Amino acid sequence: MSLISHFEKKEDVLLVRLVGELDHHEAETLKDDWQNQLQDEAIKHVVVNLERLSFMDSSGLGVFLGRYKQVKTNDGEMVICSINNSVKRLFELSGLFKLINTEENESEALSRLGVAS
Amino acid sequence: MNNHMKVEMSAKSENESFARIVVASFISQLDPTVDELTEIKTVVSEAVTNAIIHGYEDQDHGVVELECNIDDHEVSLKIIDYGKGIFDIDEAVEPMYTSKPELERSGMGFTIMENFMDDFEVVSAKGQGTTVILRKNFNYNERHVLR
Repeated sequence: MSLISHFEKKEDVLLVRLVGELDHHEAETLKDDWQNQLQDEAIKHVVVNLERLSFMDSSGLGVFLGRYKQVKTNDGEMVICSINNSVKRLFELSGLFKLINTEENESEALSRLGVAS
Repeated sequence: MNNHMKVEMSAKSENESFARIVVASFISQLDPTVDELTEIKTVVSEAVTNAIIHGYEDQDHGVVELECNIDDHEVSLKIIDYGKGIFDIDEAVEPMYTSKPELERSGMGFTIMENFMDDFEVVSAKGQGTTVILRKNFNYNERHVLR
């Protein structure tokens, strides 16, 4: 199973929905696509929905950390939502929770950034 | 229960998911929990990715060998490459250390292996390759007694 990434723009928020498995093989394409989306100057914040992400390893942490830094340089915020237990463990181990805000679900993540869903 | 398997694959990133699935299928005979399966898949992914990115520097050549042993309730995994080897193992296993910061690697691979498994060992020689050995006890017998 590979990774499918959906991008959607809602006001100044880029909503990223990931479906499938995120490993090193998939990380490169995701990074390129995501960076392209962030070129849009109207975008300030990012919401990442992991509800349908069935597998992730440390390659995913690298991609999230990279985009976090990118969003941060524009004074934006990154919110990750619908994190399953195994991904949660990776976030805890890496200390990513200290940097990136999390919410239970997509609508809470969007409303945190001022977008009504 | 005693069982063994060994596969060899090209050091291509496409094979990362293949390696995970192979090991997950093989250990299904231990009737693992969902968490145990995820842990095993994650560490296999980390070790095989390391072999491809670091051992062979993503050059699309070389082979990765993957071995799995089931000895009663203990699973041991061996991930072997014949790439450039790790020059400083202590440094490599440090959390957040990466030799390739330009690739957006998190440097968490070995930390994850250490955390998800009971025991891990790295054997490496410059120019000859790296072998990662991972072990974990599955509570197979306990669960079967409880049923």
